[in-house]
Amino acid sequence: METELQARITAALGNRRMRANIRRALDRSVAKRLAAFPDRDELEDLRDQGQAIRTHALAHLPELLDELERNCSANGIRVHWAETCEQANRKVLDILRRHEAQMLIKGKSMVSEELGLNAFLEARGIEVVETDLGELIVQLAGERPFHILAPAIHKDRRQVAELFKARFPELPYSEDAEELTASARRILREKFRGAVAGLTGVNFAIAETGTLALVENEGNGRMCTTVPEVHIAVTGIEKVIARLDQLPTLLTLLTRSATGQPITTYVNLIGSPRRSGELDGPREVHLVLLDNGRSRIFADPELRATLHCIRCGACLNHCPVYVRLGGHAYGTVYPGPLGSILEPQLQGLDRAGALADASSLCGACSEVCPVRIPVPRLLNRLRAERVSAGAGSQVRGRGSRRDSRQAAIWRLWAWVHTNPGRYRLVSGLLSRTGSLVPRLVTPWTRSRRAPRLAPKGLHRLAREAGFGDD
Amino acid sequence: MNKPDAVYFFGTCLIDLLYPHVGLSAMRLLAREGIRVRYPQGQTCCGQPAYNSGYRDQARNVAAAQLTAFPADIPVVVPSASCAGMLRVHYPRLFAGTDDETRARALAGRVCEFTEFLMRTLGFRPVDLGPPLEVVLHNSCSARCELGVADAALELLDRLVNVRTLEPDHAYECCGFGGTFAVKEPALSAAMAADKTAAIAATGVPLLVGQDCGCLMNLENTFRCRGNGPQVKHIAELVWERTGGN
Ligand code: SF4
Repeated sequence: METELQARITAALGNRRMRANIRRALDRSVAKRLAAFPDRDELEDLRDQGQAIRTHALAHLPELLDELERNCSANGIRVHWAETCEQANRKVLDILRRHEAQMLIKGKSMVSEELGLNAFLEARGIEVVETDLGELIVQLAGERPFHILAPAIHKDRRQVAELFKARFPELPYSEDAEELTASARRILREKFRGAVAGLTGVNFAIAETGTLALVENEGNGRMCTTVPEVHIAVTGIEKVIARLDQLPTLLTLLTRSATGQPITTYVNLIGSPRRSGELDGPREVHLVLLDNGRSRIFADPELRATLHCIRCGACLNHCPVYVRLGGHAYGTVYPGPLGSILEPQLQGLDRAGALADASSLCGACSEVCPVRIPVPRLLNRLRAERVSAGAGSQVRGRGSRRDSRQAAIWRLWAWVHTNPGRYRLVSGLLSRTGSLVPRLVTPWTRSRRAPRLAPKGLHRLAREAGFGDD
Repeated sequence: MNKPDAVYFFGTCLIDLLYPHVGLSAMRLLAREGIRVRYPQGQTCCGQPAYNSGYRDQARNVAAAQLTAFPADIPVVVPSASCAGMLRVHYPRLFAGTDDETRARALAGRVCEFTEFLMRTLGFRPVDLGPPLEVVLHNSCSARCELGVADAALELLDRLVNVRTLEPDHAYECCGFGGTFAVKEPALSAAMAADKTAAIAATGVPLLVGQDCGCLMNLENTFRCRGNGPQVKHIAELVWERTGGN
């Protein structure tokens, strides 16, 4: 997987147009977030609260999930548990078949991407229509979302216009954003009218009340959850929170961190299916709760913080790696810093562990994370798990990068640096030759000069200048 | 913290090998402020390269040697935010649950990044004797995100009355060094360094200063490869030179 990742990195770095598109878009996101938190103290205070709420939720995950199921069921929301993606996909298919649905309209849902739901349903003859504009664009292009919140952020207006021309030749060609949006809306309206079932993700599932919170800006989420007879919500088990009064804090952190908005245009709180006497709303609401490896992450006290994530995307927007590579180079469903801690754990270190190395550990992610996830610390832990020998944690693919040559180099390095006498001897020798071991710096010198060693090290200069041990 | 009589100086392996004059400038500056500077010959490396590569046992062994090298209860001044971060933030975690945990916590609590020590502990007031100069201060991710001391370096430059600090585009972004990252992900690291050096060059300043020799080594050698760009200096050298040191 290392070499595949390297190939994707090289390709992404060479794609000037994509890099310009994404830099432009992310600069805007960074500026908007900055403007949305004018008061630093308030921001830090909110982050403390957000972290506390999520830490509490994950610390009580089993109980809260029980409570959520109880209260959802009491409200008439049917709860389904899926340990694997396959199980979740089957549940959705069963529900659709029961209602003889030929088509599924979808709001944005990264968990459905994780499930590979679209491909699964399409292979079984069910048409899937993405109704979020960005999702629709990547669906038309046959691509994966490029960013967890802004799926088509890598495409400029011209590229979208050409895509629409190819897929909807009957429409007049336009590069105007508003006209393109209007076209999409017309196409989607027809789909909404005929849909029997709608599927969405969930931002937060509130245990106390059995309520599903869903935020969005296009109104398509509300359409998906209210127009069809059946609404299916899919989400990961970690999205649960304890109480309704915790929701405002998380929502304001989420929307301000994500898009700089004080609140999204639509805030949907789904409490139940249509009750008798009500004029609209779905007849059935289903909640599919996906595990897919999350229990294993939950079991590790340090790595559990991975599950605190509220999917705001701020870490992507601020990441110097993501801004240069974009979302596809990661080769995963979840890209960016969040993806680099989550995917190696979901897929296993043997399959996605190289992502943990593709970071300078600069910490821009944890600096902005609204729930203070210590991303660099978790990356560091995953690196240790990759090369670790012997028993210990439960991380999938542990030790898969163990390599006796590497280990020997580090042992030698430690042998030199644990003993000051040896260290001074070796550094003295290096200083005399004037350069570092050439093989070691080969990748470095492709774009930089090799560093020059000083003829006399600081240990000697300090002694000569009279800075002694005491 | 009150002004201490004596401090340890942790020079870092990078400065020892490549930039010893940076360490010397920093120590002389501290000595001029009336502080006895102790440089233990037993120090080697903070252990960060192995730690960030996942080799925790090797990192711990090397770190243990540093626990021994700085025994007295006096501040340990470090002219690199990233090594200071290793000592202060990661040592307690690295030694958690071992016999050395208490010693590691004690050392961590005494660690001070160089500009942080000058500004916060000494309340340093330099007399700037240099000519007017424009510089870029390179943001150190460790100073900002890990230690939260980035404003100290800015303040220090601010107090040099003839020095003006310009901010390049995307100043907050990492330079792409990241220790072993630069060797493991050379293309990515180079792309980051290329953008960073271009942004700095675009300001037209004759001098780039920073507080981390890792970042500076990365940027200086990228500039040298490009064949143009400003001079590069550690902030300790700049301050030492402009306040009468030589
Ligand atoms: S890790 Fe933090 S910053 Fe990144 S998406 Fe999750 S909550 Fe947002």
